[in-house]
Amino acid sequence: MAKLTHPKRALSTMPLKSSAPLGAALAYLGIDRAIPLFHGSQGCTAFAMVHLVRHFKEAVPLQTTAMNEVSTILGGADQIEEAIENLRKKSAPEFIGIASTALTETRGEDVPGDLRLILQRREDFADTKVVYASTPDFDGALQDGWAKAVEAIVSDLVPRVTERDVDLRQVTLLAGAHLTPGDIDELTRLIRSFGLEPLVLPDISGSLDGHVSDDWSGATQGGTPVARIPEAARSAFTLAIGESMRKAAQIIEDRAMVPYRVFQSVTGLKPVDALVRTLMALSGVADPPPSVKRDRARLVDAALDAHFHTGGVRVALGADPDLLFSLSTALTSMGAEIVAAVTTSQHSPLFDRMPCDEVVLGDLGDLRRGAEAGAAQILLTHSHGRHLSEALHLPLMRVGFPIFDRIGAQDVCRVGYRGSRAFLYEFANIMQAQHHRATPEDFGAAPIPEEFDHVPHIARH
Amino acid sequence: MADALKDKIADVFDEPACGTNVSKSEQQRKKGCAKPLTPGAAAGGCAFDGAKIVLQPIVDVAHLVHAPLACEGNGWDNRGAASSGSERYRTGFTTDMSELDIVMGHGERKLFRAIREVIEAEAPPAVFVYATCVPALIGDDIDAVCRAATEKFGTPCIPVNAPGFVGSKNLGNKLAGEAMLDHVIGTLEPETLTPYDINIVGDYNLSGELWQVKPLLDKLGIRILGSLAADARYKQVAYMHRAKVTMMVCSKALINVARKLEERHGVPWFEGSFYGISDTSASLREMCRILVEQGADAELLDRCEALIADEEAAVWARLEGFRARVEGRRVLLYTGGHKSWSVVAALQELGMEVIGTSVRKATEEDKARVTEIMGDDKHMFDNMAPKDMYRLLKDAGADVLMSGGRSQFVALKARMPWVDVNQEKHEPYAGYMGMVDLLRAIDRAVNNPMWEELRAPAPWETPLTETRTLPPLSGECPVTGIAGTGRAVSLVPPLPPSGAALAAPVEVAGFTSSTTDFEDC
Ligand code: SF4
Repeated sequence: MAKLTHPKRALSTMPLKSSAPLGAALAYLGIDRAIPLFHGSQGCTAFAMVHLVRHFKEAVPLQTTAMNEVSTILGGADQIEEAIENLRKKSAPEFIGIASTALTETRGEDVPGDLRLILQRREDFADTKVVYASTPDFDGALQDGWAKAVEAIVSDLVPRVTERDVDLRQVTLLAGAHLTPGDIDELTRLIRSFGLEPLVLPDISGSLDGHVSDDWSGATQGGTPVARIPEAARSAFTLAIGESMRKAAQIIEDRAMVPYRVFQSVTGLKPVDALVRTLMALSGVADPPPSVKRDRARLVDAALDAHFHTGGVRVALGADPDLLFSLSTALTSMGAEIVAAVTTSQHSPLFDRMPCDEVVLGDLGDLRRGAEAGAAQILLTHSHGRHLSEALHLPLMRVGFPIFDRIGAQDVCRVGYRGSRAFLYEFANIMQAQHHRATPEDFGAAPIPEEFDHVPHIARH
Repeated sequence: MADALKDKIADVFDEPACGTNVSKSEQQRKKGCAKPLTPGAAAGGCAFDGAKIVLQPIVDVAHLVHAPLACEGNGWDNRGAASSGSERYRTGFTTDMSELDIVMGHGERKLFRAIREVIEAEAPPAVFVYATCVPALIGDDIDAVCRAATEKFGTPCIPVNAPGFVGSKNLGNKLAGEAMLDHVIGTLEPETLTPYDINIVGDYNLSGELWQVKPLLDKLGIRILGSLAADARYKQVAYMHRAKVTMMVCSKALINVARKLEERHGVPWFEGSFYGISDTSASLREMCRILVEQGADAELLDRCEALIADEEAAVWARLEGFRARVEGRRVLLYTGGHKSWSVVAALQELGMEVIGTSVRKATEEDKARVTEIMGDDKHMFDNMAPKDMYRLLKDAGADVLMSGGRSQFVALKARMPWVDVNQEKHEPYAGYMGMVDLLRAIDRAVNNPMWEELRAPAPWETPLTETRTLPPLSGECPVTGIAGTGRAVSLVPPLPPSGAALAAPVEVAGFTSSTTDFEDC
C-alpha cells in the first residue's frame, strides 16, 4: 500500500520517463508489415527513432507527418493524407499506426474525424489499415502510449460479434509495454506447452527480436499479422499482461464477448502460479507438462539459493508503473525492501498495491534522493541510471526502456518460471559482487596504529 | 512566431560567407536553405535538436529545455561529446510541461521557477534555456523570462530560441550560434592574452576528437582560447572575441559565428578540417599563417613545417603497416558533407579502392574535388534508398561500408562490414593519429573472421546427402501422451542415384518449416 506523491517542482532533472508517442510507436512496431507514424514535427520523430535504435540496435521504421509552423496552425489533415500516400508508395505497409504528439495536441485537432473522412474518400488506401491513438507527450509515459495504441488497434480491428464462434484452442495474449521480446517468447512457450495457440498482440517478439532476414524493407518484418487481429474475437480467453492492458481486454470483451483476466505481474513464483493455474483451466490439462513442472521446481530452488542475497536488501527502483509493480513485488516477496520507488505516470490503479510506503511521480533526480535517504544498496532502472550509479557508487541493474549501453536488451527475460529464475540469479549475483571487506572502523574499533606498518627501505648500494 | 525570431531566421539565411547562398537569387535566398519536408518521407532532427548539438558540449552550463517531455526525455545524454571538466552538460534538465501548464498558460512561470531551482541546486556559470515547439506555440516568451531571471539571480540565463518546427537541424545550429553572438561572446574578458590564441568553431569533441589534435597545437604553443563548443567552458565562449584567428572546422554549420566574429571583433577566420592527413597539415599551415599575420613571431611557420614533416612521416610509417591488410578492398562511402575527401585520398594511397561516394550535401566545389580525387564522376551518387544499398552490399559490390549511423543496419543485415564515420561514432578519427585509428577500425571490421562464418550457408541450405535412421521412439510424449511406435524411422529418403539431381532441394514429406518456433512438443 503506497501513496503516490508528486513533488512540487518546476525542474525535472534527468528524466525517467520516455514519452507516450514513443510507447505507441513501439506497440505499432509489434504488428507485421507496419509503419508507425508520428503526427507532429519531424524532430520529435528523429529523437524517438534514435531512442528506439539505441535500445534495439535495429533499424526502426518510424515516420512523421512533418508538421511545420504553418501546418501546425492550419491543421494537419492534409499532412496525414500525404504521409499515408507516400508511405504506401514507398513501402506498401499493411498497417500504419498514427500517434499524436504534444505539438498537434496543443493545437487540438479532430484527427479521428479527419482520418475517417480521408479513409472514406481515399478508397485506394483500403488495403492499408490505419489506426490512430491520441498520445500527447505531456500526459503519461511510454506505457500509457503503448496502452492507447493497443486500445486503438483492438477498437478498430476486432469486429463486433453478436454470437460467439469460439476457437477453444486459441487465447489472446495482450502484451504490456514492460515485456521484452524475450518475455513474450517465454509466455508464448508457456501457453503453447498447454496445447493452446496464443494470438499475441502486439508481438514485438517477431519484429524487434533482433534477427537477420533475407530482405530489406521499410516496414516491420514480423509481429502480429494484420489479418489475424480480428481473430481475437474468436479466442477462448484474453490474457492481459500488465494492468495497463486491462482497458484493451475490456474492449475486446465488449465487442466480442471474450472473457479476460489481467495479470498484473508474471514475475515471481506466485504470479506465475496464477498464470499457470489459468492455463490449466483453459486447456483442461490437470497435470501440466513436465517442462513446466521442472521449471517451477528450479525456480523454487533458485529462490532458496537467492534469498540469502535478496533478504533485507534495500532497493531503489524507477520504472513505468507496470514494470515497477512486477519487479518490486517479486523482490519484496524475496525479502527485499523497496526504499525508493519512482514512477512515470499517474494513470495506474496499482499504486494502492505497491509494496512500499511511497511512490514518487518523478525523475531520476527523485530516485537519487530516495536512494540516498533510504540508504539503498542497489538501483534498478534504465540505462540513464548509470549517472546515479556513478554518483552514489551503487550497482545498477538495467530494467525497462531505454537500455542503450548493453546489447541484447531484447533477449532479457524476467517473466514465467524461467525468467523469474534468471531475474533472481541476476539480482543475487549483483549483490554478491558487492564486496565489502570488514574494517575495524566498521565496528567502532580504533584502527591498527600505523607505526606497526613496515616501511620499505630504500635500497643502499 | 515572434517577430524577433522571424528576423533572426531571415538573417541567418542571408549568409554572405556561404558560397551556395551567394549564388542564389534574392527570392531563393528569402526562402532559406530548407526544403519543404515531405510527410511520410522525412528524416532528421529539428532546429531545437540542432541548437542542442552545437551548445551541449559547453560542459559547465546547465542546459534547461523548456518543453513537454518528448524533446528532452527522448533525447538527453545521447551524444558522445567528451568533457575534461564538469559533467553537468550530461544532466538532462527540463520543465517537463504538463497539460495543466499548457492549458492554463503557466509555462513562463514554471520556466522561471525551474531556472531558480537549477541555479540553487547547481550554481552553474550560466543557464541555457532552450525553446521548443509547444511553448513557442502557446506564446511563452523565453527571452523575457531569461532577462528577468538574469536580473533576479545574477547568473546569466541565455535564451536559445530555436523551436523545432522552424526548421532543420542546420538552421538550429545557426540560431544557436546567434544566441551566443547576442548574449555570450564578448561578455567576459580573459585574464591573459597571447599572440597564439585561437578559436575553434564547429567541433564538438565527439569521443575526444579535439584531444587528438590538441597535442599538435600544444607543441606549437597555440592555445585554444575560445571554443564553440568542443570541451568548452562557458568562459571560453565568452572570450571568443579576443582570439587571433577562428578555425571553422569541417562544416558550415556555424559559419555565421565565424563571420560575425570577424565583422564585429576583427577576428579573421578560415575553414579547415582535421580529417585526413593532408587536411590536417593544410589546416595547421593556414592557422599559423594567419597567426603570424596577426602578429605572432614568424618563426612559428618554420616550427609548423617541421612539425608537419615529422608527423606526416611518422603517420605514414604507421599506416604502411596496414597496407597488406587493406590493399585492394573496395570501400563504399556514404557520408554527408565533404569532410571525407582527405580521408579518401589516404585510403587510395594505401591501395584501397573507393568504389563510390555519396555527394548528398556536397556543393559543386566539393563535387569537383571528388572528381579530381577519383578520376571521374562515375562514382558519385546522391541518396541511395536503403533497399538499393542493401542489394548492392548484399551482392558484395563492396567489402566495407563507411557511413553514418542510419545506414549501419543496412550494412550489418547484409552481412557487410561497417565502419562508423558519423558524428555519433564511438572512436575519434581526427588528426594524424586519428587516421591510424581509422585504419585500425577498417582492418578490424573487414578482416574479422566472423564474416566468413556468417556468410556461409545455413545447414539446411545445402541438400542433405547423408541418410540416417533414427532408433525407435521410447517413452511417451509428455503432452499428447502418445507412446513411441517401436519402429525405426528413416528421416530422409535414400539419395537420388546421380549427383545431378542434387541441385533441386529434396522434398522431405512431413517436415515443413514454420515461421514460429515451437520447441516444446
Ligand atoms: S520538433 Fe519541437 S516538439 Fe519535437 S523534439 Fe523538436 S522542439 Fe521538441
